[in-house]
Amino acid sequence: MSYNVKDLMRRRNEIMKKSVGLDYDSFEDEGIGFDYEAMMAHSDYSLEAIEHIQSEDMVGNTPLVELKNLTAYARKFSAKGKGARLFLKDEASNLSGSFKARRAAMSIHKAKQLGYKGVIAATSGNYGAAIAALAAKHGLKCIIVQECFDSKNVAQPEILEKARACESYGAEVVQLSVGPELFYTFLHLLDTTGYFNASLYSPYGVMGIETLGVEIVRGIRDVAGKDPEMVIATHAGGGNLTGTARGIRRMGANTKIVGASVNLRGLHMASDQDFNKKSFTTGHTGFGIPFATNPDRSDVPRSAARPLRYMEDYYIVNQGSVFFITEALSTLEGMERGPAGNTSLAVAFKLAMNMPEDAIIVVQETEYTGAGKHHQPQLSFAQKNGIELLFGDPSKEVPGKNIIFPSSANKIHVEHVPLDTLRKTYLKRFKDQKLTDKDKAFLQAELRVDASQLDALLSENSERR
Amino acid sequence: MGFMFFKKGTFVRIRQYVLMPEERAENIPDDTKKVPLKMWVKGRLKHDAEQFEEADIVTASGRTVSGTFKEVEPKYKHTFGDHVEPILQMREIIKKERWGDDV
Repeated sequence: MSYNVKDLMRRRNEIMKKSVGLDYDSFEDEGIGFDYEAMMAHSDYSLEAIEHIQSEDMVGNTPLVELKNLTAYARKFSAKGKGARLFLKDEASNLSGSFKARRAAMSIHKAKQLGYKGVIAATSGNYGAAIAALAAKHGLKCIIVQECFDSKNVAQPEILEKARACESYGAEVVQLSVGPELFYTFLHLLDTTGYFNASLYSPYGVMGIETLGVEIVRGIRDVAGKDPEMVIATHAGGGNLTGTARGIRRMGANTKIVGASVNLRGLHMASDQDFNKKSFTTGHTGFGIPFATNPDRSDVPRSAARPLRYMEDYYIVNQGSVFFITEALSTLEGMERGPAGNTSLAVAFKLAMNMPEDAIIVVQETEYTGAGKHHQPQLSFAQKNGIELLFGDPSKEVPGKNIIFPSSANKIHVEHVPLDTLRKTYLKRFKDQKLTDKDKAFLQAELRVDASQLDALLSENSERR
Repeated sequence: MGFMFFKKGTFVRIRQYVLMPEERAENIPDDTKKVPLKMWVKGRLKHDAEQFEEADIVTASGRTVSGTFKEVEPKYKHTFGDHVEPILQMREIIKKERWGDDV
């Protein structure tokens, strides 16, 4: 072992403080809460400043495309007068191929401004490629830490592709086998290099996405003369939904914010054996539910990604349905993308069938695809890992055992998750705690509920045992 | 066999055991706790070295890291995968449902 775990964990706060250039303690309230808006406003970037930084970096102003064939396809199965218009924000056009470049642009800008020589990010996904690309552009050193292999040295193909992308931008990629102790290696690297922690969950990592929400509202106002009825964001760590929603609210749009995740319930995210039974490495319930119900489980003391403050509805969708819509996007729209945004697209396709024809649903991201991460290698990998690929009733899919594709677009399966179940899980850890009025005010904002709803949720929790 | 020496500067991959099973975190699943936490890093050999022995490398960010020298000039092996029959079937369903039998 090249470091002492106890020593690292003892110095955790000190290492964090040095590596993010932000004193999180200054936002803490007495009791359980902290001043979220003060933390977000602390670094004082205006919307115009963010837009300027991003545009210099070849980030943002991505095409907002109407999916006319997919809309017509959904209408085929809709009642008369139903079948909302589907729009897609083609975030794959950002530098490095995903919306994550919006987040990275701000992290890198901050790192540079504060005089760091390099940046480190713990991520197996697009964010690593985004940080690596922008670090390259700004002459910073870069280390990306990935959870990549299982104990038999078999890697998720999607993560191998991300390692290749990061290396192509000149980054060093540190790859680990399965386990949350990745955090120790991450801390050790921050400690020994003195580099900036380009966390996905810092205020910079989240404020960069606000422009995405702003562009969606502006774009739909331009083409339709109104605000979109609904924006759906694929939800994992919570930053995507949080930042997009903040941008939409900044524009004063009264758009419903919906979260969508792939259903991987039953697979343990820290399990060596489950690791390669997943056909999605993010955008799934294994991140979506824990990060919604405990946002501060992230790699900074207080996460800027707080999805329950903004989410108005949450749906989960089975893997087979997402693969079906991924194929439809390619076959009917000529857009080979994903998988990430297609989780939301599957949900959008289904919800559109029950919304009026003149309503507009925007799916707020796409990502580049390619070897390893395209649905072809993902399903090929699933087959090799003994996952059964079937056509049938997608609601019967068992993650880790099979993937069930719908035999018609009409059978795409989504499941509504009541937000109160997430809110109650969030509140569980305060069950035996005496909450002050200030604590309760914080929780109301955290969970987007009023005083009486909060009391009802708290009392339901305490009755349960 | 087993005496494969490589020159200083060769691009290689090394592996390190970060945590042995008994050192792993408490709150992780048993299947993960049973196995060591391993780490792989690529870089150039800092000195002539024998494959499968300990070696020092310099990484892309300029760090020196030690570990077991596992692989010479590691390649990218991920692909677009094998033929997956259900993908073709979905494609056929989608075209037919949208455009009818003409396509």
